[in-house]
Amino acid sequence: MNAPARLAVVGFALALAGVLAAAVLDLPAAAVDLRAAVAKKLSASGVEHPVTAVLLNFRGYDTLLEVAVLLLALLGMLAVAKPEAAAPAPPAADPMLRTLSSVAVPLMILAAGYLLWAGAHRPGGAFQAGAVLAAAAVLLHLAGRLPAWASPSRVLRLGLAGGFLVFLSVAAILLAQGALLRYPPEHAGTLILLIEAGLTLSLGLILAGLFLVLARRPAPPRAGGGEEGKS
Amino acid sequence: MSLAFDVLLALALLWSAWRSLATPDLTRAVVMFIVFGLLMALAWARLDAPDIALAEAAIGAGLTGALLLDALGAFGERRGRDGP
Repeated sequence: MNAPARLAVVGFALALAGVLAAAVLDLPAAAVDLRAAVAKKLSASGVEHPVTAVLLNFRGYDTLLEVAVLLLALLGMLAVAKPEAAAPAPPAADPMLRTLSSVAVPLMILAAGYLLWAGAHRPGGAFQAGAVLAAAAVLLHLAGRLPAWASPSRVLRLGLAGGFLVFLSVAAILLAQGALLRYPPEHAGTLILLIEAGLTLSLGLILAGLFLVLARRPAPPRAGGGEEGKS
Repeated sequence: MSLAFDVLLALALLWSAWRSLATPDLTRAVVMFIVFGLLMALAWARLDAPDIALAEAAIGAGLTGALLLDALGAFGERRGRDGP
């Protein structure tokens, strides 16, 4: 791109940024103070942390659809992945990484459990716990201890869909009683913990799957790794 | 003190975002993207949004960074196999 055109683009971007900043500063204050509304209803939500209360109680159907979107994304990847590319044998990892993974992965699983439990009363919750689980799976794969997924087995498929199915069945049962995802206040805490536990496992598997399905590739020719080992 | 930290954080965010977009070396771009994600998590923590900070650090910096590095590795491998 030549200089005048580049200057024009930069100038346009700066002008756009200025207009956007002016528009944001010009916005009127929100008509409804949602923080006060959430704080007022927090005692009936079954959890003590406002973010979890919003995610899984007040706006539970948003979270339900979010999980469905993630599941669909993974299904799409599985659908386009070539079935004939069998899972290659995990590459020989260096011993440092193997040692690190055997120390770190149990701690990561513990941290995921803590995040899941902590979600009820402080920052944490199913998404963060699932991400930590997925990171543990990625670490295991990089250390050569977990093969990439060729084609998910029946158990794995159940695990992938399980969190969404738990969430959906709770929603369906509650729908039969009147409204979608309106928990009875006395059981709200238990139901939210049940849903979050299912979601943690499934989100961990789904996020790990986004990595482990992509990680499948034809076995690389022994080019880089072998030479490093010799020298 | 905290104002100085915030200004430094904002500058570092802009710098890492610019570096990750502008650098011609893809590996460096991915590393700068991970740095940007970690700084962004700090920024969310400074904005009193620890939930988003956790999610950003785990998903934005960690998993996305790992995916990008893996994609980079796959491309490099293919390029190395097909041609010089």
